[in-house]
Amino acid sequence: MKNAIFFGALTIAGLAAGAAAAGTLDDVKARGKLNCGVSTGVAGFAQPDANGEWQGFDVAVCRAVAAAVLGDATAIEFVPTTGKTRFTALASGEIDMLARNTTWTFSRDVDLKFEFVGVNYYDGQGFLAPKELGVTSAKDLDGATICIQTGTTTELNLADYFRVNNIAYEPVPIETNAEALQQLGAGACDSYTTDASGLAASRATFENSADWVILPEIISKEPLGPLVRHGDSEWGDVVRWTLNALIAAEELGVTSANMADLASAPGDNPEINRMLGTEGTLGEMLGLDADWAQKAIGVAGNYGEIFEKNIGENTPIGLARGLNAQWTEGGLLYAPPFR
Amino acid sequence: MTTVTDPPKAAFRLSMLIYDTRYRSMTIQVIALIGFMLLAAFIINNTIQNLANLGKEPDFGFLSEPAGYDINQRLIEYTSQSTHLRAAFVGLLNTLVVAVLGCITATVLGVIIGVLRLSSNWLVARIMTVYVEMFRNVPVLLWIVFIMAILIETLPAPRAFRGDDPEATMKLFDTVAVTNRGVYIPEPLFSRGLGDFSVFGAFEVSWDLLAIIAVLVAGFWAARRVKLNADATQEATGVRPTTWHMRLALMFGPVLFLLVALGFHLGYPELKGFNFAGGTHMRNSLIALWLALSLYTAAFIAEIVRAGIMAISKGQSEAAFALGLRPNRTMNLVILPQALRVIIPPLISNYLNLTKNSSLAIAVGYMDITGTLGGITLNQTGRELETLLLLMLVYLIISLSISAVMNWYNNSVKLVER
Repeated sequence: MKNAIFFGALTIAGLAAGAAAAGTLDDVKARGKLNCGVSTGVAGFAQPDANGEWQGFDVAVCRAVAAAVLGDATAIEFVPTTGKTRFTALASGEIDMLARNTTWTFSRDVDLKFEFVGVNYYDGQGFLAPKELGVTSAKDLDGATICIQTGTTTELNLADYFRVNNIAYEPVPIETNAEALQQLGAGACDSYTTDASGLAASRATFENSADWVILPEIISKEPLGPLVRHGDSEWGDVVRWTLNALIAAEELGVTSANMADLASAPGDNPEINRMLGTEGTLGEMLGLDADWAQKAIGVAGNYGEIFEKNIGENTPIGLARGLNAQWTEGGLLYAPPFR
Repeated sequence: MTTVTDPPKAAFRLSMLIYDTRYRSMTIQVIALIGFMLLAAFIINNTIQNLANLGKEPDFGFLSEPAGYDINQRLIEYTSQSTHLRAAFVGLLNTLVVAVLGCITATVLGVIIGVLRLSSNWLVARIMTVYVEMFRNVPVLLWIVFIMAILIETLPAPRAFRGDDPEATMKLFDTVAVTNRGVYIPEPLFSRGLGDFSVFGAFEVSWDLLAIIAVLVAGFWAARRVKLNADATQEATGVRPTTWHMRLALMFGPVLFLLVALGFHLGYPELKGFNFAGGTHMRNSLIALWLALSLYTAAFIAEIVRAGIMAISKGQSEAAFALGLRPNRTMNLVILPQALRVIIPPLISNYLNLTKNSSLAIAVGYMDITGTLGGITLNQTGRELETLLLLMLVYLIISLSISAVMNWYNNSVKLVER
C-alpha cells in the first residue's frame, strides 16, 4: 500500500505541479504554440481532414485564439481527448484550453475548478435511431438498448430522463463516438444518445443517412463552450473575448470579405473600431496586439461564417442556426459590448 | 606459555559508523531509509499542498452521494439513485465475476492445450503451438476488441428474430437466444421460493440459494461418510459392500427433493419489445472480455503446464508404463501431481495477471470497478486522487487474496521433502 500511495501521489504531484505554473498567456507566448484539447473526431466539429489538418467548428475556436495570441492560426498542437481524459488534460496543464463540445455545468465550473468562457453552441441531448425501428418518440424506447458515451453529462441526463418517465432501458457504455456508431450500425443498440449536434454530425457520415431519424425529444440543455483552468483570469479573458469577437463580428457585419477594408482606417461604427483595434486600447488591456481581433476573425471569418462552413445547412451535417442565431434574429448568441 | 588476551575493546566512536565495516552497511541503510522517507514525505506534502492551492483537498465524502448513472450488469440492487460507493461495489463484483470465470476457463483450456502440445501426434502438437504463439504474442486488448467486434458484427440483432419467417431463430429447442447484444439463457426460477434476507441492510441474499448449497454440502458429506464406512468394512473383512447407489442417492436425492419442494422451473427468454426478456442475459461485453482473457491467459498457462510436465523425469513415466498404466492414467496419477509443484507458483502470477488485465474492460464497455469507480465516478466527481487510491487499494487486496489462497493451495500440494 505504501507503494500505491507513493505512485499515486507521484502522479498527482506531477499534475498539480503543472497546474501551478505561471500565467498561461505568458506560457503560450513563450512556447510559441497553443495546446488545444479537441475531441477524438466528430465530423464538422473537430476532425482531421485528408491532409491531416484539424478542421471543424470547435477547431475554429482554437485557431482564432492561436491567431489572436500568436498571430499564427497554425501554431497549434491539437490534443485529442476523450470524454474521460479531457478534464485531467486541462487540469494538469497538458492543454491550455479545451474546445471539445463540453457542456457547461455547475459542478464542472465550481467543483472541478474550470472556467467556461462562453457558449459557442447551444445544444441539447437527443436520440438517433434507425427508421425501421418504428420509433417516433423517446418515450417509445421502453426496454430499448441505448448506446451512450461514458463519462459525459449525457449519461446522467439519460438516467434521469428514463427514471422520471418511469421507463426501462439498458445502457451500453461506449468510449468513443466511432465505437457507438459501429454498435448502432450493427443493431447492437437500438438507439444512440448524445448531443443533437453530434448526432446530426454522425448521421451525415452514414451512407444511407435517410434511413436514420433523430427523435424529436431534446431531453437536456447542453450549452457547449470552450473552457480554461480556474484561477487564471487573464488567460480566461483572452479566450472569452476571442470567442466574443467572433460572435460580435457577425452581429456587427464584419466578415472575412470586408474586414480588411474596415480595419484599414477607423470607420463610422466606434464599436467595430474598438474591436478591430483602430480605436482605443482593448488589445493592450488583454495583453495582446491591437489587431488581435482582426487576426482572430481573419482565420475563417466571423461566427456565422464558421458555422456555415463547418456545420451549416449546406454541409453534410446540415444543422440549422436555431438557438445559435444572433439575438437580433431570435437566437441566444449575445456578445457583450466591446467598450 | 602464551596468554590469550581479548582483543582490545575500543570504545565506540562516531567515526566507526563510516570506517568500521561492522557498522557501515547499517549506516548506509539508515541513511537511505531516511532519504526515502524524506522524499516520500516531500511528494505527499507537495501533493496535498498543491491540491489545497487548487481548492481540492482530499475528501471521500463523494462516496455517499448519489451516483446518478445506470449500470447494465449488476449483481446487487442498484439504481441511478444509489451512492457512488454502491456503484463501486457493483463494479467490484463485476470484476470478480469476470476474474473468476476467466481463471477457471483459462486453467481448463491451458492444461488441455499444454498437455496436447506435448502430444506425439504431430498435427495436434503443431496446432497447439500455433495457438500458443498466436495468443501469447498479440496484446490482450486487441483480442478483447477483436472478439467484441466479431460478436457485434456477425451475430443477428434481436430484431432479426421477429416476424413469421425470421432471419434468426433461437438455438437448443428455443431455449437459448444468441444475439449481438449477448446470449440469453434460461434462468432458474422458484414458484415457492423462500424469499430473500438482507445482510446489513445492504445486500439481498436468496434463501433458496443458501438452502440448495447447504443441502448439497450435507449430501456430499453423508455420501463421504458412507464411503469411509465402506472403506473400513473392506479393511476389516476384505469385502467391499456395494454403496454406489446409496451414495448417488445421498448426493443428489435431497437436492432434487428440495428443488421440487421449491417449485423449481426454468424461465425462458422471449422476444419482447426491443429485446429479449426473461432468462439470464450474458452481455457481449462480458462474453468478449471473458473469452479474450481466458484464451490469452490459457496460452501462458499452457506453457507453464508444458514446462511442469517436462520437468518430471522421463523415468517416472517409464516406471508407470512398466507397471502397466495406460498413458492417460500415467498423466493423471503420476505426472500431473508431481508437475503441480512446478506449475502452481507461476500459475498464481498468471491468475493475478488475468485479474489485473480485466481492468481493460472499458474497451468493450464492461462495467468493472475501473469502469465505475475509476471511470464514471472519477469523471463525474473530478476526484482523481481519491478514486485512484481506492482503486489501487481494491486491486491490491484482490491480488493479495488470490496470492494467499493459491499459496495455501501450493503448500498443500507440494511434495514434502524428506
